[in-house]
Amino acid sequence: MTRFNAFNLLKNAMSGHKNWTEQWPDSQPKSEYDVVIVGAGGHGLGAAYYLASQHGITNVAVIDKGWLGGGNTGRNTTIIRSNYLYDESQRLFDHSVDLWQGLSQELNYNVMYSNRGCLMLAHTVHDVQSFKRHVHANRLNGVDNRWLTPEECKEYCPPINIAKDARYPVMGGALQERAGTARHDAVAWGYARGAAARGVDIIQNCAVIAIRRNADGSVAGVDTEKGFIKAKKVAVSASGHNSMVMATAGVRLPLESMPLQALVSEPVKPIFPCVVMSNAVHAYCSQSDKGELVIGSGTDQYVSYSQRGGLPLIEHTIAAISEVFPIFNRMRMLRKWGGITDNTPDRSPIIGKTPVPNLYINCGWGTGGFKATPGSAHVFAHTIAKDEPHPINAPFTLDRFRTGRLIDEAAAAAVAH
Amino acid sequence: MLLIHCPYCNETLPEVEFAYASEAHIARPTRPSETTDEDWAEFLFMRSNVKGPLYERWRHVHGCGRFFNAVRDTVTDKFLTTYKAGEPRPDLSSLTEGLK
Repeated sequence: MTRFNAFNLLKNAMSGHKNWTEQWPDSQPKSEYDVVIVGAGGHGLGAAYYLASQHGITNVAVIDKGWLGGGNTGRNTTIIRSNYLYDESQRLFDHSVDLWQGLSQELNYNVMYSNRGCLMLAHTVHDVQSFKRHVHANRLNGVDNRWLTPEECKEYCPPINIAKDARYPVMGGALQERAGTARHDAVAWGYARGAAARGVDIIQNCAVIAIRRNADGSVAGVDTEKGFIKAKKVAVSASGHNSMVMATAGVRLPLESMPLQALVSEPVKPIFPCVVMSNAVHAYCSQSDKGELVIGSGTDQYVSYSQRGGLPLIEHTIAAISEVFPIFNRMRMLRKWGGITDNTPDRSPIIGKTPVPNLYINCGWGTGGFKATPGSAHVFAHTIAKDEPHPINAPFTLDRFRTGRLIDEAAAAAVAH
Repeated sequence: MLLIHCPYCNETLPEVEFAYASEAHIARPTRPSETTDEDWAEFLFMRSNVKGPLYERWRHVHGCGRFFNAVRDTVTDKFLTTYKAGEPRPDLSSLTEGLK
């Protein structure tokens, strides 16, 4: 792997940029690994990277049925924030925001992290009370978040309509300035490149058919399209397909997979300086560096693996965007797509051990997994390496659905579900 | 847009008239005080989340307001059948025969 720096850039410019080495080899599976990670999205590749870089475990394979980063890592709206309500969630997501700050430097790969701020608009008295509660809860935990008046919202993001006679008037907003966006593909590529440089095998286009268990119940390895791969530990990070993969090991999960749609507009000149979310009107929006508005809202209401979703939701999303930003109501949309999100009943993820020895799960990120990529990958790697959770992910067990110790961000979070 | 057949109204109507109500045929434990934590977790939270034909509930919320059951393929989103609440599960093999 050639490092990216000014010297190498200059050197390769001399030869017309034709001699760059490949970023990572397209590996074929070996017969045995210390750790097999199922799913080559940001979370899986990141976990492999941290296993290699922080825990010295390099005999690792990341296996994906499609191409690297082709699932939800490449299908989200790239929003990063940590203004959650509960202490456990704040610790987890703020850990991630901490790691985002220096990620490009650590990976020697530009993930284009831009802390342009995330503004959540309040449209009702209840919104105001709820968001102020979030602001206070965040500040108690040292998480950046502050309250803005409607005029301050308008100043921060000029396209917002703060007219008093709007159907959903803006009554204020909660601003997290450390929040922002990053280039989602680059996150997967950066982690893949970093992991491969440390000896991790990245095996694409090779579906895992089943997880195989030993007679004593522990994990033996995985059956794949390219044959059986023996593994001391198996970690599953397969997003929408977690239920199906884990079912082959006899583990049932509290998940429902639903399509989450997003769409982008035609590219325009810079007009939208931050991320804006409106839960009451129900949509969120930012502008990519290419100039497209990146727009999303909630999931479709039904279980589906179609990666498509229904048009009524798109209509609803566009209606919401036109309501909050009337200047965009004649903007043409270029593309829309869907990703399959795995949702838990309490809308908090599950990262940890399973009832099967040496089988680990990182799932249930629902509609909010991208922002957590570095933090999730980091604590997941710790959990796999030490066979016990990191203090940050210790509350996010699968067992909480038996004990009742839920982390109920579903009802209370500033999440646009 | 999904078109959904309400077995009570006997009409096929757009998805926006209906609300999804998750997996069907999950029976509430009949003896709550004797039910273990594991069984409560299973009843309350664990879902099969099938990729393929899924038994599920819908509610005709902007129509008759009644709950009914459906079998839908979660890969294609195609409805294989809908039937009234309380009726037994239809046999999957007879439903999927016509699709092949």
